[in-house]
Order: sequence, then structure tokens, then C-alpha cells
Amino acid sequence: MIAAAPGLAGGVEPMLRMERVTRTFGGLKAVSDLDLSLPPGVLAGLIGPNGAGKTTVFNLITGVYAPTRGIIRLAGHAIQGRLPSTLARSGIARTFQNPRLFADLTCLDNVRVACHLHAGATFADSVFCTPRSQREEAEILERSESLLASFGLDAYRDEMARNLPYGDQRRLEIARALAAEPKLLLLDEPAAGMNPQETDALMRMIFEIRERYHLTLLLIEHDMKVVMGICERITVLDHGVKIAEGTPEEIRNDPKVIEAYLGEEP
Amino acid sequence: MLRRSSHLVRGLAAFVAVALGAWILDGAAAQVVNPYVYRILVLCGLNIILAMSLNLVNGVTGQFSIGHAGFMAVGAYVSAAFTVYAAPRLFAVTSETGTVAAALPFVLALFLGGLVSAVAGFLVGLPSMRLRGDYLAIVTLGFGEIIRVAILNIDAVGGARGFAGIPQRTNLAWVAGIAVLTFVFLRNLVRSYHGRALLAIREDEIAAEALGVPSTRYKVWAFVIAAFFAGVAGGLFSHYTYLHTNSFTFMKSIEVIVMVVLGGMGSLTGSILGASILTALPEVLRFANADRLIIYSLLLVILMIARPQGILGSREISWGRIVQRLRRKRPGAAA
Amino acid sequence: MQELLQQLANGIAWGSIYALIALGYTMVYGILRLINFAHGDIYMVGAFAAYYLARLTNAGGANPSPALALAILLGSMLICALLGVAMEYFAYRPVRKSSRLTALITAIGVSLFLENLGIRLFGADPKFFPQLIAPRSISLGGVMVTNHQITVVIVSVLLMVSLSLFIQRTRTGKAMRAVSFNRDAASLMGIPVNRIITITFAIGSALAAAAGVLVGLTNPKIEPLMGIMPGVKAFVAAVLGGIGSVPGAVIGGLLMGVSEYLVVGYLSSTYRDAIAFVILILVLLVKPAGLFGRNIAEKV
Ligand SMILES: Nc1ncnc2c1ncn2[C@@H]1O[C@H](COP(=O)(O)OP(=O)(O)O)[C@@H](O)[C@H]1O
Ligand SMILES: [Mg+2]
Repeated sequence: MIAAAPGLAGGVEPMLRMERVTRTFGGLKAVSDLDLSLPPGVLAGLIGPNGAGKTTVFNLITGVYAPTRGIIRLAGHAIQGRLPSTLARSGIARTFQNPRLFADLTCLDNVRVACHLHAGATFADSVFCTPRSQREEAEILERSESLLASFGLDAYRDEMARNLPYGDQRRLEIARALAAEPKLLLLDEPAAGMNPQETDALMRMIFEIRERYHLTLLLIEHDMKVVMGICERITVLDHGVKIAEGTPEEIRNDPKVIEAYLGEEP
Repeated sequence: MLRRSSHLVRGLAAFVAVALGAWILDGAAAQVVNPYVYRILVLCGLNIILAMSLNLVNGVTGQFSIGHAGFMAVGAYVSAAFTVYAAPRLFAVTSETGTVAAALPFVLALFLGGLVSAVAGFLVGLPSMRLRGDYLAIVTLGFGEIIRVAILNIDAVGGARGFAGIPQRTNLAWVAGIAVLTFVFLRNLVRSYHGRALLAIREDEIAAEALGVPSTRYKVWAFVIAAFFAGVAGGLFSHYTYLHTNSFTFMKSIEVIVMVVLGGMGSLTGSILGASILTALPEVLRFANADRLIIYSLLLVILMIARPQGILGSREISWGRIVQRLRRKRPGAAA
Repeated sequence: MQELLQQLANGIAWGSIYALIALGYTMVYGILRLINFAHGDIYMVGAFAAYYLARLTNAGGANPSPALALAILLGSMLICALLGVAMEYFAYRPVRKSSRLTALITAIGVSLFLENLGIRLFGADPKFFPQLIAPRSISLGGVMVTNHQITVVIVSVLLMVSLSLFIQRTRTGKAMRAVSFNRDAASLMGIPVNRIITITFAIGSALAAAAGVLVGLTNPKIEPLMGIMPGVKAFVAAVLGGIGSVPGAVIGGLLMGVSEYLVVGYLSSTYRDAIAFVILILVLLVKPAGLFGRNIAEKV
């Protein structure tokens, strides 16, 4: 359906491509002339100290903010300036740095909301409980329950999301994002607030998810060590500027990266 | 094909059952209670329709509308104008009240009132793209007041004198029947994925958008649907009692909000409860005469302090739950 | 031209009243994010407090005295300040942690309570406010204004200037701004949040009382439901200016008063109650946070 842009030397069309993207807030350049390219199926990391502009990059990709300048392409199509819901429809899903669950809905309903994209019943269908709407609701229910189960959250099915332990809230948020059936999944500091064991388990799970759902995955991490283990490519931001890019090996030994992080950690 | 037709038959059967039930209820009520109580029952039914529909916007979608009386006014005047000016020409036979033939123009009038009100709901819903929270609230309030003042200046519908000469078509049967239909409509909607999208917008609009819920469109739809039912309630009102814009001041909107919050935001059965209690309360307090509104307002404050989430919170009363409760209690009582 | 100036003069006097009420709305909203629905009723109580104080002291009528009028004004402001504090303590504080709609319904309850208590205590029939200052008409280049209107404007300006000085210069004022900026952070910094909220209610209510007394001067018919419409319109004025903004409230109030008089003068008095909202909606569509409000985008 989506034609590959011509002229890309022998390569596959990148799933995501940001071209000289800049976003300013008042006088602050939160992201500055950023180029970023994710080939399909990659598990990439975006790291950098606090305030480097990582979350802003996610907000730009998902349409929460429009870029001040620059182009963002999803599978070749320029998408900057579109509504977040439109972009979700195009296959981008995300989690948030501070989980934004639907606190007063059950876990099941949190996931069911995300199946929204793949339902087509009209208002009239729903109001008159037509066969179409019943069939769809049954499908949504089944898919959501199986997602909850595969994340080990089935015990919380009817629990309000606000009552979940913090770690489970983060996992529910990932399950919810997957329910939207994205092509590109963005995870914003999924391991924040977890202990090393939980973090380990989570990273294994992320790895599996990528395999099982054939996703392109971009992962923000504040702690560099965490991403080194699983990411194939890593981009490092500092003060909104890309300061390094490459394999974990290359990043580990990059003096600029070490400097950026030295300034921060004791 | 077979499935679809059986579905239609079921729907039709349910509709007939509701109509029959309402008609019997009306007959029974007319026999059993005095006209004063009958009148309160009718007004209670109207308030139930208003509260349930407002709940879709305020409780389910988490928007903040305080202009519901404006929609009611639109429906009231449009349907009344239809009945007075258009119906006699369209329906040559001037039909007697109570006959089936009289029902058609009335249904048409109600529907038209609802429709025009829904268009108004669309217009009022549009600013919800740009405005949030209290700013949106004050715009809805403003809309209600503008509508009221505009109607006040239309001479054909009586202006400041009030609109006289509207045939009294509304009775308890109509009100109860339409209340039931409204309930079923809204309940089915809220339980579907559309309803969950609305709830998601209430909970976190940014997250809802990120999951593909087109929040603007849904918010506008919530306004449109709520306005439709408020318009129908207005039509029922104008064919029941004296019609004057004074019935649709912002205090009426406030009254409906109080019903919604008291019953529990997002709970349709809560709205029914809230509307019933708040319609009955001033009447029950009649013994206190001059002090009754003082007591009423104090009760309101105390209730909000004691039970800020409303009587039912976001839960619904359902037969299933009641039966479950009773079952669970029984072994306990035996022990 | 003459006509226009005349309407402007009347509008400014009337708008000053709106501005005074709007200030209380905006202050309370800034700090609690609460639309204090009962604020318009405080204004009503302010008018009645002055009425009874005047009767008690035999003010007005044959021997009007500006000193006594001032004393009555201050007395009424004090009474309403106490009422505002009590209202916050008994009704709003218990629901402060609840949802905003709960708080709003509580405010509506308080409003209904004050109105009906007013009817019970003062009677439903209008009362005639005594003439604390002998009325006189003054011609300013052909525009007729009364000394009452001038008093209204002068007193309002004095109160507004003192309020701004208070908020900008004093420690309490700075604390108020801190609480309105971020209540939790202010509390962590050791600002006594509860006391600041109390003071805010006291000041806001006193200003509403002043508006009530001033209105008694120019429109001497007072009744227990007199606060409803001015209350709503003052709130609209506050939103128009950008709720939470003090200069916004003043400008919004004046704009509202002037536009009402222009509508009455040039269009028809039946449209008077709608014009405020038409202006409001137009302004909000262009500037969603009001004239002076900051549009704060949520950080994600
Ligand atoms: N909506 C906004 N308004 C103003 N400044 C913002 C906004 N969003 C982000 N910023 C600023 O942009 C910079 C980068 O923030 P962010 O992307 O959250 O960093 P990171 O996620 O890398 O910690 C920070 O200085 C932050 O304060
Ligand atoms: Mg971040």
C-alpha cells in the first residue's frame, strides 16, 4: 500500500525518519535539528540526561506537539502536524513517562479502549446492539483478555487501574499500547521506578514483544546501562542535540557521551 | 438475514412493551394518585431525561456543560411552534388528544425539537475543541442565556408574554416511555466501545488521543446526543404546562447538574436516583413551609461533604448486582 | 456623541461594580480553582448589612454624612469578610480534596442557602437603600453624572489599587501568588496555605460587600436575589479578562458594564443580559484563556 520513496539507495524505507526536526518552547530549544531514522523491526534506544529532550521527541512523533521546523515521516509519508489520534490510526502507539492510565476504569477497560482503532460499529450499531456491534464487542473482549493474560494481569481484570502497584501500572500501559496494534511502539522510560530484577524482567519482555508483534521499537531510558543490553542502535541526546549515534559498543566508548553523563551522575 | 430480522423483531417487541407499559402505568397512576402527585411524577420523568442526557456530557465524557436548560428551551419552543403553526396544516384532520392519530404530529414535534436542539448542541460542542474546563462551562452557560434572551425577543412564540395555546399532549405515559427509551439508548451507548472512548476522554484526554480516540469528534457527539434528549424533554415540557423562558434560566441548568452530581457522575441509574430525589425533596419538605429551601440547600451542602462522589459514585444499580448481594448475604445471615 | 459619552459614563460606573465582584471570583479561583457561586450572594449580604447598619445608626435621609457612610461601608465589608471566612471554613474546606464539580455543587448549595436565608430574614420584597450621601447631578462637559456614580468609581479605583499593592508588595500578597501558582509547592516552602486561603476569602468577600454598598447608593432597590445576575456576569467578566488575573478582572468588568449600557442605549434593553455572553464567546474563541490569561499547555 505504501510505496517506497524512490532514490533510497537499495535500502528499505525507514519506518520512522525525522529530518532536521526542531522544537522550541519560548526561548528554549528542546529539540534541535534532530535527524533520526529507524529501519523497520529495529529495537532502538534514545538516551540522554534529564531534560535532554527525549520525551519531547516522543511528543513530536506522536503529534502531541507540532515541530517548529522539520519533517517527520512514517514509512515515507510526512506526518508532522497531524492529530495524535490520526497518528495512532497510522500505527504509532506509546507509553508515557508518568503512566497515564485511565485511573477510574478497570484494567480490562483500559485495554479495551485501545481496541477502539479496530472497531467499526457506528453509534446506531451500538445503540441498537446490532449483530455487528455484538460481534465486535466480543472480539474486543477476547483480544483484551488475552493481552491481559499474556502480561500476567488477568488477576486485576476488574480492578480499577489506580489500585495497581506501580510496576503493574507500567506493564498495563504497555499492554494497552499493544492493543492498538501499532507498527511503531514508543516506550518512555518503562523501567523508571523499578528495581534491578524488575527492570531485567521488563527488558526481556520488551525483547519478546518485539519478536512476537513484529514491531519497530524506540525506547527512552535515562539510565544508559539498561538499554545497552537489548538495543541494537542507540541515539544520545543532550540539550536537544544529537551527540552520538551507533551500536551499544560505539556509544559506550564515545567520549562525548561519557562527558554528557559525567556532568550529571555523581 | 434471518439473524437480522429476528433482531428487528426483538427491538420492535421491546418498543411495544415499553409503550404498553407506559400506557398502563399512566392509566394506573391516573387512578391511584391525585393530580398533584401525578404532576410531580411527570416533572420527575422530565428531570430524569434531562439528568441522564447531561450525564453523558458531564459524567461520562468529563466535560463541563452548564447550559442544558438552553437545549431544553430550544426543543420546547421548536416543538411547540411546530404543533401550533405547522401541524394543523400538515395534518388536515384535527385529531383528538389521546387518539393514535394525534400521536403522529406529537412524535414529529418532539423529534423536530430534539433535532434542532441537537444542531444547537453541535454548535455549542464546537468550542470544546479549543476550550477546556471552566472556560467551556462558561460558554455553555452563555449559550443557554443567549438562547433564552433570543426567544424572549421572538414575538411569534409569545416573547415575554409566554407561549399560549399549545395543546396539552404530554402525559405520564409519554414521559415514562421516552425516559425508558432514553435510558436504553444511553446505556447501550455507554457500554459500547464508543462509550469507553468517551470515558477515556474523561479520564485522560491525551492518553485517549494517543490510543486513537478522536477526542474532538467524540466530545462534539456527546454534546449533540445530550442536546437531542434535552430537546425532546423540552418538547414534552412545552406540551404539558405553561411555556415561558423563565423555566429555562441557568438555575434550571444548575438544578440538572446537581441531580447528576448527587446521583453520581457517569452513573445513569444514579442520575435517575438524583433526579427523583431532587424533584421530590422540595415537595417532601413542604411541611417546613418557608424554611424548606433553606433546609434543601443545607442538605445539598451536607451531602456533598458527606458523599462527594454522589450517592452511587460511578456504579450502576443493576439487577445482577442486587441479586448477587442478596445471595452473598444469605449464608452470612444463616451463620 | 453626547449620547455615546453618556452611556460610556454610566457603563463605567456600572462596570466598576462588576469589576469589584469579579476580583473576588478571580482571587478565589486563582487559589482554589473553585467557581465560588455564592460570591454574588455575598454582594447581596453586603448591601443588606449596610442597609441595617444605616438604620441602626439613623444614617441617610435628612442628615447624610460622608464619614458615617464610610463607616457603614467598612462595617459591611467586615461583616462580609467574616461571612466569607466562615463559608470557606464550614463548606469549602471539607470538600477541598474532592472533585471540582463536588466543590462547585457545594458552592451552589451555599449560594441557595444565602439566598433563601436572605428571603427568610430580610423578606422577599425589595427594600429601599437609604441615601447615605445626598444625590447631586453634575454636568461634565454636557455629560450628566451623579455624585453617586463618581463615588462608585473613586471607591472602586481606591480598592483596586490597594488590592494590587497588597498582592504585589506585602508578604501575604506574595504568598497568595505563590499558592495560586502551585499550592503544593507553596505548602512545602512553609507557606501557611490554609491561612492564605482564609485571607483570600476575607478580601474577596469584603470587595463584594463594597460592591453591594456602592450599588445600594446608585440603584437603591435591594432584594435577596439581587446577587444572582451580577454574580454570573461578574464571573463572566473574570473569565473574559482571564480568570486568575487581577487586571483582567477589572478590564473585564468595565468592558461588561460599558457594553451593557451601549446595548441598552442603542439596541434594546431586552438584549442586555445576552450581550455579555456574546462578547465572552467571541473573545474566548480568539483567546481561549481570556484577554489576560496565560494559556498553559499541559506538559506530557
Ligand atoms: N510543554 C512544554 N513547555 C515548556 N517547556 C517544555 C515543555 N515540554 C518540555 N519542555 C522542556 O523541554 C526540555 C526537554 O524536556 P524533556 O523532553 O521532557 O526531557 P527528557 O525527557 O529528556 O528528560 C526541558 O527543559 C523541558 O522543561
Ligand atoms: Mg522524559
